[in-house]
Amino acid sequence: MTAPILRIENISKRYGKKDVLKGASFDVLKGDLKILIGPSGAGKSTLLQCINFLVKPDEGRIWLDEQEVHYAHKRDLCAYRQKVGMIFQDFNLFDHLTALENVRIGMVRVKGMGKAEAGERAVMELERVGLREHMQKYPAQLSGGQKQRVSIARALAMDPKVMLLDEPTSALDPELIGEVHAVIRDLGNNGMTMIMATHQIGFASSLASEIVFMEDGRILERGTPDKIFNHAENARTREFCSKITELYGERG
Amino acid sequence: MTEGWLYIQAEVYPALLKGFWVSLQLIAPSALCGLVIGVMVGVLRVYGNRPVMAAANAFVAIFRGIPLVVQLFIWYFGLPHIGIYLSPFVASILGFSLCSGAYHSEYIRGALLSIKRGQMLAAQSLGFSKIRMISSIILPQAIRRALPGCGNEIIYLIKYSSLAYMITCIELTGQGKILASNSFRYTEVFLMIGACYLVMTSVATIILGRVEEHLRIPGFERQRT
Repeated sequence: MTAPILRIENISKRYGKKDVLKGASFDVLKGDLKILIGPSGAGKSTLLQCINFLVKPDEGRIWLDEQEVHYAHKRDLCAYRQKVGMIFQDFNLFDHLTALENVRIGMVRVKGMGKAEAGERAVMELERVGLREHMQKYPAQLSGGQKQRVSIARALAMDPKVMLLDEPTSALDPELIGEVHAVIRDLGNNGMTMIMATHQIGFASSLASEIVFMEDGRILERGTPDKIFNHAENARTREFCSKITELYGERG
Repeated sequence: MTEGWLYIQAEVYPALLKGFWVSLQLIAPSALCGLVIGVMVGVLRVYGNRPVMAAANAFVAIFRGIPLVVQLFIWYFGLPHIGIYLSPFVASILGFSLCSGAYHSEYIRGALLSIKRGQMLAAQSLGFSKIRMISSIILPQAIRRALPGCGNEIIYLIKYSSLAYMITCIELTGQGKILASNSFRYTEVFLMIGACYLVMTSVATIILGRVEEHLRIPGFERQRT
């Protein structure tokens, strides 16, 4: 068996008296697409943010490429975050920069690359997500789907080993979801390792290597899409899946 | 009539021109230093650790809370008691810069707080350190948002620069005071001085508008249709 590229163990997080995450653990192999599903408040977002330490977990350990991440050490943390791309529900593009500058700034300011070299790479990444002709536009001039694709290009430009996607299409008009899904599908086909929280289960089941069902800060059940959607063991999983299938349909 | 005209030509005009020049020399560096201080203090008030934040807040409380004239008196008449002698000109610039900086910091602070948290998360997730994140993501946006307020403060500065004559730095208002008390033509002299300040503030308003226009970015535009 190959070693997992990312290993998380017993991640827990409390806000005041509320346990948001109660010891989540899993391994991610290279090329995996792990999908987190579950009702809102289940802790999917918090888990993803804990993996990137945007939220500091109260307990738990994380290994990337068998190296434990020492997140209290600032330089280690910054180095680790460069290898773990994050895509947010509401895009979070930098409003004062064009699409091109959004993609370039991380390479220039964090990796210390030259502007010209970084610019070339940025154009390449924007081309990959189909936005070359929009690269001089500011976020306010882009549609939601385009913004999300810019944010994917921005993350990819840092050469991440793992991508975390936190409901990347849930803030989008139904018409715009497809273009973002196409980019994510393309990433998967090229072997990118991803962990994604989503309610788009049609899309999820067509791509996922594993579905993880979370509720109330715990991982209740996990397995192949077929197992989770058609032969779930846990009654709650079955109930959630049937409801969400009704809502979001089978098509991705 | 001709006598008044002569008086203006021979005495008022050269004196006011001299004063005007001194005023400009007071205002320009004070505006610049004030802005720099304001940005630094504003950043520390929002992103500093606890003691730094407390110190920055104390700075603002003091320099915004004490009348400017009193501050100028302290710099000019007070400091010699501990062996520091400042010229009236330097004492004025020091007083104006610190006071202006305290006010600017409040506009900057408000603008910093208005930047969406999501952009900071995004910067962190790309591996930005805190300092890099503030300098290349947050500040460029915050300064654009703070500009109207900071412009307001610069307009104030132009007017309160007239307090410099209280510590014998004879700028525009100071020259006017001397002229008027010699000739007792208070109305004429101070009408002219008022006009001079109006010219300065109008020019400043135009320049600030240009700067705002220059830094304008889609999504940050003023709502003007």
